[in-house]
Amino acid sequence: MSKELIRLKDCVMAYDDGVVLDHINLYINDKEFLTLLGPSGCGKTTTLRIIGGFLTPTSGDVLFDGVRINHVPPHKREVNTVFQKYALFPHLNVYENVAFGLRLGKTVTNVVNGKSSAKKVKIPEAEIHKRVMEMLEIVNLKGFEKRSISALSGGQQQRVAIARALVNQPKVLLLDEPLGALDMRLRKDMQNELKRIQQEMGITFIYVTHDQEEALAMSDTVVVMDGGRIQQIGTPEDIYNEPKNAFVADFIGESNIIDGIMRADEVVEIFNRKFRCLDKGFDKDEPVDVVIRPEDVDIVAENQGQLKGTVTSVTFKGVHYDTIVDFYGFKWLIQTTEYHPVGTVIGIHLDPDCIHVMKKSEYSGMFGDYSSYSEEYEEIGDADYEPEEEENGHEE
Amino acid sequence: MSLNKKNSLGNRILIGVVFFFLYAPILLLIFYSFNAADSSVVWKGFSLRWYAKLFQNQLIIKSVYNTLLVSVLATLIATVVGTLSAIGLYSMRRKFREPLLTINNIPMMNADIVTGVAMCLFFVAALSGWNYLASHYRLIIDLFGTQYRVTFHQLSLGFGTLLIAHITFNIPYVILSVAPKLRQMDKNLVDAAQDLGCTWPQAFFKVILPEIMPGIVSGALIAFTMSVDDFVISYFTAGSSTSTLAMQIYSMTKKGVTPEINAVSTILFGVVLVLLIIVNVREIRAEKAAAKRVY
Amino acid sequence: MKNKRSLLAIPYVGWMAFFVVAPIIMVVIYAFTTADFSFTGENFTRMGTFTVIFTRSFKLAIIATLVCLLIGYPLSYAMAKEGKGFQRVAMLLIMLPMWVNFLLRTYSMMSIMENNGLINQFFAAIGLFDLINNVFGTDIHYFKMIGTQGAVVVGMVYNYLPFMVLPIYSTLIKMDNTLLEAAQDLGADTATVFRKVILPLSLPGILSGVTMVFVPSVSTFAISRLLGGGIQMLLGDLIEQQFLGGAYNPHLGSAIALVMMVIVVACMWIMNRFGEGEEQAVML
Repeated sequence: MSKELIRLKDCVMAYDDGVVLDHINLYINDKEFLTLLGPSGCGKTTTLRIIGGFLTPTSGDVLFDGVRINHVPPHKREVNTVFQKYALFPHLNVYENVAFGLRLGKTVTNVVNGKSSAKKVKIPEAEIHKRVMEMLEIVNLKGFEKRSISALSGGQQQRVAIARALVNQPKVLLLDEPLGALDMRLRKDMQNELKRIQQEMGITFIYVTHDQEEALAMSDTVVVMDGGRIQQIGTPEDIYNEPKNAFVADFIGESNIIDGIMRADEVVEIFNRKFRCLDKGFDKDEPVDVVIRPEDVDIVAENQGQLKGTVTSVTFKGVHYDTIVDFYGFKWLIQTTEYHPVGTVIGIHLDPDCIHVMKKSEYSGMFGDYSSYSEEYEEIGDADYEPEEEENGHEE
Repeated sequence: MSLNKKNSLGNRILIGVVFFFLYAPILLLIFYSFNAADSSVVWKGFSLRWYAKLFQNQLIIKSVYNTLLVSVLATLIATVVGTLSAIGLYSMRRKFREPLLTINNIPMMNADIVTGVAMCLFFVAALSGWNYLASHYRLIIDLFGTQYRVTFHQLSLGFGTLLIAHITFNIPYVILSVAPKLRQMDKNLVDAAQDLGCTWPQAFFKVILPEIMPGIVSGALIAFTMSVDDFVISYFTAGSSTSTLAMQIYSMTKKGVTPEINAVSTILFGVVLVLLIIVNVREIRAEKAAAKRVY
Repeated sequence: MKNKRSLLAIPYVGWMAFFVVAPIIMVVIYAFTTADFSFTGENFTRMGTFTVIFTRSFKLAIIATLVCLLIGYPLSYAMAKEGKGFQRVAMLLIMLPMWVNFLLRTYSMMSIMENNGLINQFFAAIGLFDLINNVFGTDIHYFKMIGTQGAVVVGMVYNYLPFMVLPIYSTLIKMDNTLLEAAQDLGADTATVFRKVILPLSLPGILSGVTMVFVPSVSTFAISRLLGGGIQMLLGDLIEQQFLGGAYNPHLGSAIALVMMVIVVACMWIMNRFGEGEEQAVML
């Protein structure tokens, strides 16, 4: 799990009209499930295409197993891709799509004096058949060999695309928003399926998505990107519990982000009240962003709370109520299992481990206020498929 | 089927009348090719004499041969060049592509007679330049001490210029029918092929070509049809030594068309009709078979 | 990688430079020079002499285009309403006549319209001429059609109608049925749906159909020679005569061709302003 496989060193991707990737540094371990997460236009697809060999970075290095591969064309990389909208060959049936890479022959690499020379060797038909059928079994598509692509559902096409890539036994599988075109239920099933396949095959997955739930559910490591830069790299738990800045906090799940001042180690002041927290190492009186997750807030009686606020809106969500509470003009989202009608004055209690303090960043003040609750919620809840046109438009 | 499902009797009659108008002269022409008399007004009984005479008429046979040869060659070359160019054009940045596509449209949108006279002027000028050089200079190649003299032939308008003209007006039709297929093709298909181990040429033959094949076929079909049907551009670029069927017919219309021409046209029409029917029947069968396989 | 692919177009770019652009430049050069290639504007000042021919050419081409549109649109519409099976053969049925050379088809048309041709024979057989002669006291035995402008227009319509039908038909069959349903749902009756949805959506097809009929009509010389009996001279005849005919003068011929081209381009440009932003050339 710990061996490093791919490294991006100071990768920059610039076009006439702007910088798409701004000094990306990233390493990816063998057998890791790594997710590039971010809104459309953040540079995640560009990063993936650089690893796949479809783009060459303007500057910086791409290393594979320690070897620089900046100019190695895609067909010579031990990497396969599952494309947005799958890119299955419509003129071939399921079997032939999966067999496509195998029919091109396998590369036999001879290393002589540190110089490697590769040549293609034809794979016997019997072996092709065996491997294709095995692969179709893994993706649960046995019996579909003769089907034409157009006669498959979205989920089935998805499986073909995965089989087609994996049958070549790549060291790394790149997946570009592979579940984007599927509906909710199917997405959930396919998430489990993908995770299972990754563990079964024991290879590295690099997964691109803008859906934070998907990223948290599947990944070993999540890389949050925005504006062509990496905002944070960490395990799903790290990313969720210890976001580095307001962007990450807001993009990963719901958060209330409040201005605070660090009065001392483990003491932060919000709304002129001091709270105990677990964060330290800040300057004294340093202005900070404070993240409070909606599910971490305890609602107590008005006179027992550390802060006092008025409920301004309640929405039933099934498992819980989304309750918007006004504290001194600043609106928080609190998720509770009890119902508090609009107009109720409530108190809240915050445990020290519910408070997460972040340094101020360029994103401060942009997120985390629920004053315009409904619109913001819609925006966040919008898991609809958005193809990253801006990034793909730059193929030249 | 996009518009309303049910078609009215009036619409059917309209279709019938217009197609009658389009086909009546052709049917008449076919009819009179079997006429024993040498008139296209009076019917004197069934006869194949014009078909027999046709094969003795060297002028007509030669012109049919020229027409088919120039059409086949021009179609082949235009299809290959047009397909590659369409791929090239669609890999270009917009600012280069747009003006090139505009120039590409010129032969298609311009009046045939303008294209014809323009090419005529150009060929005459280019050939007279060449002929001047050919009569004043010769190339002397010194090969291992032996000198070879290469003299240049005098050239004039003829089959070569005719072929160039046909290729030139055919390519835009090929590009026009390949381009939509390229635009519809999923951009990632080529990436996917390369990702799976294809070099670019392999990706071209295994993925791009099968994807755009319908466009190439219909482009080639249109190009061939345009070539066979063309009169005006051929008329201005073929010179006096080479003659296509259309030019032959034109010169005959001045003196009176003999039914041999009707006979040769009937044969051509019949061959095309049969070919189209075969192609269509096969397509329908293939579709039905495909439909069965799926369900 | 993608840049390399665009190199595939390079040979054709060279080809176009030689055989598309250079010839047109030749026309321009010829138009502005005399026989010994000194600059002159005289070729254009002589254009006034041909006003009658210019007017006649454009008049007949416009009439032919309108007739093609008036027949072609309803025909395309009627054809688009037919089922899938018909759609398959529709294009072929329209293209098929092109496999008999247009000169021959026109010649066949000519023999039908001749004084003793099929049409006049038919009229005589049903006693039309006897009737007319009895009523009006005339003595006619045929309608003279060859040599009239009407015959030339009929010839143009006959030859170029497919060029009107193809693009209109292909825009009509591609039309999204839900758009029509949406319009009906919003309260439009059949006529309004046609006027407000179908017609504007098929405008690109109409525009390219009009271009494809108008351009060959205005520049034809064979049709007018056969059906116009040599007395209805058009621009095409005029140009042809300057190059391959008796009045050999390629400089004047180039000037006429250039003027015709400029007028046609101007017409197309104005017309395309009409259909602002619509895609051009939907032949297929």
